[in-house]
Amino acid sequence: MMPLKKSNHRSEKKIIPLFFSGMTWFSSVLILLIFLGLILELFGQGQLAFSTFGFDFLTNEVWNPVTKQFSARAALIGTLVSSFIGVMIALPVSFGCAYCLSEILPKKVAKYITAATQLLAAIPSIIFGMWGFFVVVPGMANYVQPFLKWIFGDVPFLQLLFSGGTFGIGILTAGIILAVMITPFITAVMQEAFSNTPAMLKESAYSLGATRWEVMHHVTLPWVQKVVVGGVVLGWGRALGETMAVTFVIGNAHHAGWSLFMPSNTIASLIALEFPESAAGSLKMSSLMALGSVLMLISFIVLFCSQFLLRQVFKTR
Amino acid sequence: MSYFNNKKNQVVSLFGLSFALFAFASPFVYAQEIQTITGVGSSFAAPLYQNWAASSIKETAIKVNYQPLGSSAGQNQIIAKTVNFGALDMPTSVEQLTENNLVQFPTAMGGVAVVVNLPGIKEHQLKLTGEIIADIYSGKITKWNDPRIVALNKELQLPAIDIAQIYRADGSGTTKVFTSYLVKQSDDWKKTYGSNTSIAWPVGMGARGNASVASMVKNISGGIGYVEYAYALQNHLNTAQLKNVAGDFVTISEGTIQAAAKAADWLHAKNYDVDLIDTKGEDAWPIVSATYILVPAYNHKSQDVTKFFKWAFTKGDAIATKLHYIPLPIVVKEKIEKTWEYAGIAAGSSQIKKIK
Repeated sequence: MMPLKKSNHRSEKKIIPLFFSGMTWFSSVLILLIFLGLILELFGQGQLAFSTFGFDFLTNEVWNPVTKQFSARAALIGTLVSSFIGVMIALPVSFGCAYCLSEILPKKVAKYITAATQLLAAIPSIIFGMWGFFVVVPGMANYVQPFLKWIFGDVPFLQLLFSGGTFGIGILTAGIILAVMITPFITAVMQEAFSNTPAMLKESAYSLGATRWEVMHHVTLPWVQKVVVGGVVLGWGRALGETMAVTFVIGNAHHAGWSLFMPSNTIASLIALEFPESAAGSLKMSSLMALGSVLMLISFIVLFCSQFLLRQVFKTR
Repeated sequence: MSYFNNKKNQVVSLFGLSFALFAFASPFVYAQEIQTITGVGSSFAAPLYQNWAASSIKETAIKVNYQPLGSSAGQNQIIAKTVNFGALDMPTSVEQLTENNLVQFPTAMGGVAVVVNLPGIKEHQLKLTGEIIADIYSGKITKWNDPRIVALNKELQLPAIDIAQIYRADGSGTTKVFTSYLVKQSDDWKKTYGSNTSIAWPVGMGARGNASVASMVKNISGGIGYVEYAYALQNHLNTAQLKNVAGDFVTISEGTIQAAAKAADWLHAKNYDVDLIDTKGEDAWPIVSATYILVPAYNHKSQDVTKFFKWAFTKGDAIATKLHYIPLPIVVKEKIEKTWEYAGIAAGSSQIKKIK
C-alpha cells in the first residue's frame, strides 16, 4: 500500500505543474497567434490597395473616393505630428507632476492629487473630444492662435508653422488634446517609478550635501530611466491610436502642410470616419485596411526605437 | 352529496371560465403575435423610422429593429440578405436591383440647407447661388466680402473675414446630394471633384455627422456648411437663400421642399430614381432628395416590411412633419403600393406561392 500511495502522490505532484505549465504555454502561444492572425488579416485585406497603388500609397497625398485614388501620406503625417506634439507637451508636464507628487508634496495632499490624475485617465475619450471642441477650440481661435501668429508671424521658417486661418481647429489643437489625455498615463507610470527608487540612495546623496535638483538628476532619474521611457511609449501608443477625441478637433481634411493651424487627419480617425460608408471588398475598404496595417507598423517602429534607445543608454554606462 | 355537487360545480365553472377566457383571448393572441423585422442603413432617416416603429406597433403588430449604420451598410447587408430591409439616402442602380432581385421605393424626403455663421447677418438674409457655393468650396472665394458675394447682397454689411468651409468628413448621403447639386451648378466642380458620398475636398475642414457640422458652423465665425433641414432648425442655424432654376431666391422650409417634390417627375422615374435637385418650381428649394428602402422581391418577410410602411404612408405623415421630414405626395404613395403588388410583397399578397 505504501509504495502505491507514494507514487500517487508523486504523479499528483507531476500533473499539477504540468497542467499549469501547459496553461501558461497555451496562453502565451494564443496571444502570439491572435497577434499573427491580426497582422495577416490586416495585410491580406489591404493587399488590393498595396498592389493597386504600390509604394505611392505611402507617399501620395490624394484621397479621392470619386476617382478611386487612395493614399496614406496626409493621414500618416497627421498621425505622427499630432501624437509627437502630444508627447512633447505631456512629457515635461507629467514628469513635473509625478516628481512633485512623490518627492515634494506631503503624502496626505499627494494622495488626493494622485486620485485625481487617475480619474483623469478614466475619462472616456469622447468626453475629451467634446471638451476640446466646445472649450479648447474657441480658446485656440480667439487667443492662442492669434497670439502665436503675432509672435512667430514674421520669423522665417517658423512662420510656416503658424500660417493659415485661425479657426481653432487643426493639428496643434489635436496635439494639445492628446497631451491632456496621455498625461495621466505617463504620470502614473513615472510616479510608480519614483516611489520605487530606494530611499537609501536618495538619503545618502542628501547626506553628502546634494541639492534636490542634484538628487533628481543624478540619483532618481538614472534609476527610473527605463520605466520613464516605457511610460512615454505607452502614452505615445495611445496618442497614435486615439480616434474620437481627435476627430472632433483636427478638422478631418486630407492635407499635410507645414502649418500647425491647418486641418488635417490621422489614420485612426480616417478609418473611423470612412469605414461605415465603404462597400465590402471595394478598393476603398482595402485602402482603409492598408491604413490600419500602416498604423500597426508605426506602433511597432515606435516600440522598437524605444527599446533600441534604452539599449544604447545602458551600453554607455 | 351536496359537498360533491359543490365541488363538481366548482370544477365545471372553472373549466367553463378558462374555456371562455381562452375563446375570448385567443383571437387577440393570434392578432397580436408580434413579427420582428430588421433593417439597417441611412442615419438620416433613422429618427423617422424609429418614431414610426414606436407608434405603429400596436396596430400592425410589427416590431421594427432599425440600426442606423449608414447607407452603404444598408446596401451591403440587404444584398447579403442578413436583414429584412436596407435604407439608403440615394437610389440604387438598376443593375444592382435586378441582379439581387430587390425592390426599391422612397419613404420620405428632406432638404439640404446651406448654413452660415456670419457676425452681423441675420437669419435667411444672405443670398447665394450654386456657382458661388461651388467656388467657395473649391477655394476660389476665400473671404466673405468677396465682390461676387457683395454684388448679390448689396443691402448687407458683409464682414472681411476668412471663409471656413465645413463638410461631412464621414461618408454620407447628404454629401452625395450636396455635391450632386454643385455638379449641376458648376462645370468646374463637375470636372474636378464630382459627386459622391465623400469626395476629395480641396479646402476646408470636415466634421463627423450632421450634428457635428451644425455645431462646427455655430462654433466658427465665418463658417459655412450644409446640413439636413431638420438639423438647421434644431440648432437655430442661419440658413442662406439660394437661387433656384426659376431665378427666385428661396429660403428653405417645408413649403419650398414640398414645392420641389411636386415639380419632380415622379411617375416616369424608373425605380423612383427621381431627380429632386434643381426642379422647375417657382418656390422650389434646389437641394432636395428622397430616402429609400430596399427589400427582396417575392419574400414573406418583405410583406411585413410593406405592412409597416403602408401604415407609415397612411398614418405617419404627422410624425414625419413633426420631425421635419417631408411626406411623399399622394400619387407617389399610390404608385408605390402598385409596385408592391407587382413584386408580390404587398401585405397579404398570395403571389409568393404562385412563383415558388
